[in-house]
Amino acid sequence: MARFLLGALDRRATPIALVLLVVAVLVPVAHLGLPASHPLHVPTYIVALVGKYLCYALLAVALNLVWGYCGILSLGHGAFFALGGYAMGMYLMRQIGSRGVYGNPTLPDFMVFLNWKSLPWYWHGFDQFWFAALMVLLVPGLLAFVFGWFAFRSRVTGVYLSIITQALTYALLLAFFRNDMGFGGNNGLTDFKDMLGFNIQSSTTRSALFAASAIALALGVLITSAIVRSKFGKVLIAVRDAESRTRFLGYRVEHVKLFAFVVSACMAGVAGALYVPQVGIINPSEFAPANSIEVVIWTAVGGRATLAGPIVGALLVNGMKTWFTGALPEAWLFVLGGLFVAVTLFLPRGIVGTLAHGWNALAERRRAAAAEGGRDPEPKPSDLEPAPAE
Amino acid sequence: MNATNDQLATSLLYLDGVTVSFDGFRALNRLSLVLGKGEMRAIIGPNGAGKTTMMDVITGKTRPDAGDVFFEGAIDLTKHDEAEIAGLGIGRKFQKPTVFESQTVRDNLELALAGDRGIFATLLHRPSAEETSRIEAILETIRLGHLRDRLAGSLSHGQRQWLEIGMLLAQDPKLLLVDEPAAGMTDEETKETAILLKRIAQTHSVVVVEHDMTFVRDLDVKVTVLHEGSVLAEGTLDHVSADPRVIEVYLGR
Amino acid sequence: MTSFLRMIVILLALCTAAAPGAHAEADPGALLAGLGAGDYDATEAAIARIVATGDARFAPALAALGSGDLYTRKSDGRVVIGRKAGGRELALIDPLSGDALGEAASRELEKIRVNNRIRRAVRSAIGVLTLMSPNRAVRLAAANSIFASPDPESLEALDAALAAEKDPQVQAAMERARAASILASDRPEAEKVAAIETVAARGGRDALSILTPLANSENEAVKSAAAAGIARVESVLAMWDAAQNVWYGISLGSVLLLAAIGLAITFGVMGVINMAHGEMVMLGAYTTFVVQEIIRTSAPWLFDWSLVIALPLAFLVAGAAGFVIERGIIRWLYGRPLETLLATWGISLILQQAVRSLFGPTNREVGNPSWMSGAFELGGLTITYNRLWIVVFTLAVFALLLFVTRFTTFGLQMRAVTQNRRMAASMGIRTPWIDAFTFALGSGIAGIAGVALSQVGNVSPSLGQGYIIDSFMVVVFGGVGNLWGTLVGALSLGVLNKFLEPYAGAVLGKILVLVLIILFIQKRPRGLFAQRGRAVES
Repeated sequence: MARFLLGALDRRATPIALVLLVVAVLVPVAHLGLPASHPLHVPTYIVALVGKYLCYALLAVALNLVWGYCGILSLGHGAFFALGGYAMGMYLMRQIGSRGVYGNPTLPDFMVFLNWKSLPWYWHGFDQFWFAALMVLLVPGLLAFVFGWFAFRSRVTGVYLSIITQALTYALLLAFFRNDMGFGGNNGLTDFKDMLGFNIQSSTTRSALFAASAIALALGVLITSAIVRSKFGKVLIAVRDAESRTRFLGYRVEHVKLFAFVVSACMAGVAGALYVPQVGIINPSEFAPANSIEVVIWTAVGGRATLAGPIVGALLVNGMKTWFTGALPEAWLFVLGGLFVAVTLFLPRGIVGTLAHGWNALAERRRAAAAEGGRDPEPKPSDLEPAPAE
Repeated sequence: MNATNDQLATSLLYLDGVTVSFDGFRALNRLSLVLGKGEMRAIIGPNGAGKTTMMDVITGKTRPDAGDVFFEGAIDLTKHDEAEIAGLGIGRKFQKPTVFESQTVRDNLELALAGDRGIFATLLHRPSAEETSRIEAILETIRLGHLRDRLAGSLSHGQRQWLEIGMLLAQDPKLLLVDEPAAGMTDEETKETAILLKRIAQTHSVVVVEHDMTFVRDLDVKVTVLHEGSVLAEGTLDHVSADPRVIEVYLGR
Repeated sequence: MTSFLRMIVILLALCTAAAPGAHAEADPGALLAGLGAGDYDATEAAIARIVATGDARFAPALAALGSGDLYTRKSDGRVVIGRKAGGRELALIDPLSGDALGEAASRELEKIRVNNRIRRAVRSAIGVLTLMSPNRAVRLAAANSIFASPDPESLEALDAALAAEKDPQVQAAMERARAASILASDRPEAEKVAAIETVAARGGRDALSILTPLANSENEAVKSAAAAGIARVESVLAMWDAAQNVWYGISLGSVLLLAAIGLAITFGVMGVINMAHGEMVMLGAYTTFVVQEIIRTSAPWLFDWSLVIALPLAFLVAGAAGFVIERGIIRWLYGRPLETLLATWGISLILQQAVRSLFGPTNREVGNPSWMSGAFELGGLTITYNRLWIVVFTLAVFALLLFVTRFTTFGLQMRAVTQNRRMAASMGIRTPWIDAFTFALGSGIAGIAGVALSQVGNVSPSLGQGYIIDSFMVVVFGGVGNLWGTLVGALSLGVLNKFLEPYAGAVLGKILVLVLIILFIQKRPRGLFAQRGRAVES
């Protein structure tokens, strides 16, 4: 595994991973180590905000693995994110213990409120962090496996697949709104106290969570890079560009897709699990189809099928969202809607994709000029990131 | 028909009474065809004669409504899907050349190269020296060596046809199904393609579907004429060209 | 419930009392005065005299007598109805005309005393008066009210009324009332068994409540007859329940169909995935709202026509929006379905926010014209007019669309373009315009769907969002490119939903349906009515 990941450290993945590691160290240091009066001090709200963005970026990286490289446009990735979040939320709920409003040592407040007498079976084990952490990976992964197994086996593709992934998250949204599901209904899970014994509100814990998010994101990038660089990555792109052809070459397209889908769902779950303690709440609105489709636009803005694109897009769009909802709340949906239209019409490669393309074209022209009258005026795009066919 | 069992046993590909209909339209109508081991066969016929549908049936893309399809005398192809059939050793080149446009010529060949297609095998795959030399050899054969790092999407039509044939070679199948390899090629390219195919046929069994009669003549193999989903005539090109029914429906007077 | 029914009977009697007819030879005031003239015997005699008139105008007075609200005014001996008005005062009402006669302290009045004998006499007198009323509706209502609360005392009156009754429907109602009353009496077994038959034949929850106590009867014959009767009534009720569910399902299905039918054109026929489809529906609903607002302020007499006016406008508004979207955005994205999906989602966000900015984020009130409100009973079914009209309207839209695609030049060109664009172009069809108009048609239909949906749901900026997933499910389930598939898909999903609801609850039912569709797509990825062939797979 380690060798597999280290092999991914090429000239594209390495800088991203390095930048993220530096951020993971510097921001907590500037937050904890410098006094509030210091010009370089990073205030709490920035740590919380950027930490949240990093989780979003990991979600976008996860989506990029299936959409950018494999052509599966999932409109339900928010569901995996939310499931990971709920798994973590359940652990945090159990950590509250008897400090809840009703003071029940095992039952979370909302269960006491609903007059439940004992913990539902699926809540057992979540008092252990290792178990919750396992579930963060397992629950989204298992759902993705079951769903993908059905969908890919029967060759549901393209917009059909998109629509049923949307239906999937919609169904989960409806389900989690129900009180008798045992996940706190409308209100979700909140009022968390501490995590692994540390106060969740404290600066140290926040900084640690921030660093964890940045490292998780770096890992997500490395995993993506390792997958894409391998022969499997070539198969993945082959499936995206000519699914039927790949099948005639003897590849089990449904297995390829399923693997990518499950890995991506697990990544999304981790993103959700890191997100919840930083925002302090998880509720069913995370399952809203609109959320999942927003992730798509982050990825598209940054540039799908590029390593850095999803991160750039997630940070940029969410930064804009934060600014607009503060300054011009009425205008935000116009901007977001406009982004969807503009990116698909004018910037199909996204920001990073377009830059890389332009850079390569430029380099090629220089090379051609240097070769002077070389017989090959067409660009030689060997260094190009594989561009999506659509 | 009493020779059926013998035929089945010695055949590489054996189709008997295969029928496929789409919404009432019979694309294949009790088609029967036997291909011997090591044989090269040309299939001609007017549009809608069922040539492509026949390929779809053999490669598992379309399930026949009735009839038997056997490979190597024992394997019932109707019970397998595309990937499995490809794994059994049947390679296919499409009418419209389909290569992976956003990947390089070399990567296209690497993808096609015979080997373990499993997920973890591909994830941890490292190209061996043997594989590299095979790819180089194929590049040589299809004359795309100088374009090995080009994206397949930037190739010309003829080059794509050749790349696809190269991918077939890399797959190293027992049977090659080649759909209109000469479509859209210049006369020169067509001639070279014929030579290439004949060379391939020395070591593989090949079924070629083609419209171009010059090309078929160049191949100089047994010809099967399809019409309305079944076999109209079979034999040497001269033999079938003389058949009045073939002239009527296909060649024209 | 019973007293409510009686009140209706009395009110009806009152309404028709305007035509007293030949019965009223005696002075009604004097007859009433007789009620309070002396002891119980005198009162009973006075009741008998009133019954003899057969005049239903006396019913309210008798009813008041029965409930102890009838008084004699000490000052002039006039008989009045007194109702507690607050404090010690009583509000006086003229028993015949229903006019208010001011208030009086209770000491100014003498209450006409009643005992159980009088009460019984009053009840049967009311029964007779109303059962003999010249007005058919009063008689029918009286019979039904007796059926709902059977009373052995009314048997005589019923027998008398039955002898005189000519109207077969009223007769049947009286027969049933009589049977119910027999069951409440101590009549002999044979009569009761026959009565059980009659009651069971009538069916309904009332019949069930009459029969249920009899199932524990000491009398074996009655007991078994009652059990059989209950089983019969229950099976009929279950059938009606199922029928009601089917109706609800059809009603829901037609809403789904209405929302999906435009999508069947844009997605099903053109293959364009339009996530802003729901917003076209919303535009139609808001068009209705604007039309109604204008009518309210400047031409209120037109209100009943508001929907008719809104229909073409909604078609134009949504159609124009669709046209602009196709020309401006979608046409650049043909062959890139996933990009189309994203761009149209963006459009949907923009449209939602635009409407939110213009009309506010809250629900806007769109009224029902008079012909859309109310309900009627059909056997055991309750059918509301708005639902009925929506079903009718949906089918009409469907038929119209089918006609347009099958039998018009535009429809022919549309099919030609979607089947073989290059060929159509070389035949001289302007394919870009056909694309634009087809898209506009689908959007316009979504707009008129919005007019109809404004009648059954809230009109808010997020109206369309609620329909989008369901609509896609309908189209995918029914089979893309097949209008009939959309029809069958919508109706079967609607009915399925309504049948799941009682067992699983509304939310879980919806989830189940979604899961079922997802599983169904596994089996038949191209829907119920899939097209098969080489062209489809490419």
